[in-house]
Amino acid sequence: MKTILNGTQLAITIDRLCHQLIETHLHFEHTVLIGLQPRGIYLSDRIHHTLQKLLPGTPIPYGKLDITFYRDDFNKGAALHVPSETDINFSIENKRVVLIDDVLYTGRTIRSALDAMLDFGRPATVELLVLIDRRFTRQLPIQPDYTGRTIDAIISEKVRVLWQERDGKDEVIILE
Amino acid sequence: MSLSVKHLLGIRDLERQDIELVFQTADQFKEVLQRPIKKVPTLRDTTIVNVFFENSTRTRISFELAEKRLGADVVNFSASGSSVSKGETLIDTVNNILSMKVDMVVMRHSASGAPHFLSKHIQAPIVNAGDGINEHPTQALLDAFSIREKLGSVTGKKVAICGDIMHSRVALSNIYCLKKLGAEVTVVGPPTLIPKHLEKALGVNVTYNIREALAWADVANVLRIQLERQNTPLFSSLREYSLAYGVNRRLLDSLQKDIVIMHPGPINRGVELSSDVADSGQSIILNQVENGVAIRMAVLYLLAGGKKMNTE
Repeated sequence: MKTILNGTQLAITIDRLCHQLIETHLHFEHTVLIGLQPRGIYLSDRIHHTLQKLLPGTPIPYGKLDITFYRDDFNKGAALHVPSETDINFSIENKRVVLIDDVLYTGRTIRSALDAMLDFGRPATVELLVLIDRRFTRQLPIQPDYTGRTIDAIISEKVRVLWQERDGKDEVIILE
Repeated sequence: MSLSVKHLLGIRDLERQDIELVFQTADQFKEVLQRPIKKVPTLRDTTIVNVFFENSTRTRISFELAEKRLGADVVNFSASGSSVSKGETLIDTVNNILSMKVDMVVMRHSASGAPHFLSKHIQAPIVNAGDGINEHPTQALLDAFSIREKLGSVTGKKVAICGDIMHSRVALSNIYCLKKLGAEVTVVGPPTLIPKHLEKALGVNVTYNIREALAWADVANVLRIQLERQNTPLFSSLREYSLAYGVNRRLLDSLQKDIVIMHPGPINRGVELSSDVADSGQSIILNQVENGVAIRMAVLYLLAGGKKMNTE
């Protein structure tokens, strides 16, 4: 087990990602945040919370998207996934969407998310924010626009993002 | 996570966890059905045949919508106008359909046990859409799901199942489902329409007094009188049945509490249920129908994903 980010570093990284978002989106007039279920929402909760603190008085629409029904491995031998809640109570038509997930690995989740999002409207732009970008593991041409940390890990290693709310502490680790 | 069964033949075969998994999945499909685009591509590589040997409005449309909203291809078959009248057997009929690369079967049949029999002879997953007087599992699931939605939970709730218990597959599936979820069940109806030894066999209370049952209950699931399944008359007239066992406004007002009214449809208005009750705020009959699509999507999703289909 190797620690990639400890609690303090994680907090700093999230702050930096928020400032980068502000740099691009400034007043967030047409921007919405969408966290990906089930694991990305801990990050998107933090990002949304931090942005609202940095930009008081600017309500930023924030939703959660579950991609279970859009997976490309359904009935292809993969285990059956139990869906999580999707909660998007606003239109994404012509909005600038920031998709948020914890780890970018093969890129297939993001592909599914792009599909799923189309059922809620046609966004003006879609950007991707991830906490951890695993390099050299992509199976689809998908890259992040905002990255917390880029790491090289071999396939047999697992990246785990731990959150205070769920796991009792904030930390990003690699498991052999 | 997946279901412990390969087919949905009856609630009898399910574990409590299976029922909860269906509910949890149906919750998310309910959300899908609220979207501007009420469709997901999950079963786009799956073809489902709806084989109906018996009439149906709700169940058939509900299954077909569920299938289409999962992105599946749908074929419909009804016995009338088919080669069944030329003497083709059930297995031959279904095997012929399956050989055209159909992956799942939804079947309604007037013979109890028909889907169980079929499941021993074909590979594809089967969903029982009602077999004779045996079971109607998806109806029980959507009924319990509707109670959960209305009252927050099923566990510990008191449910009265009223009317023709003898001929009702809805009653049997509901009893299994509610008991597995920890609800208390009372069946009420004329003695001729309640099978003997039901208390011991299924762990339900039995009463012949509708007022007593409703005064006890949180929920009343009122069943249709199934005249088509009664070979000999089991009560003197519909009018007398309605006077003794019909659920009407006057009866409900005398209870001093609001109970939830359910009915699996089709309603015989003025017989088992009066119109002013069926259309009142206490009734969740149309919510049941709405939830039916989400429940059936969940069942099809879980069965289709449970294993690799179409092994040929």
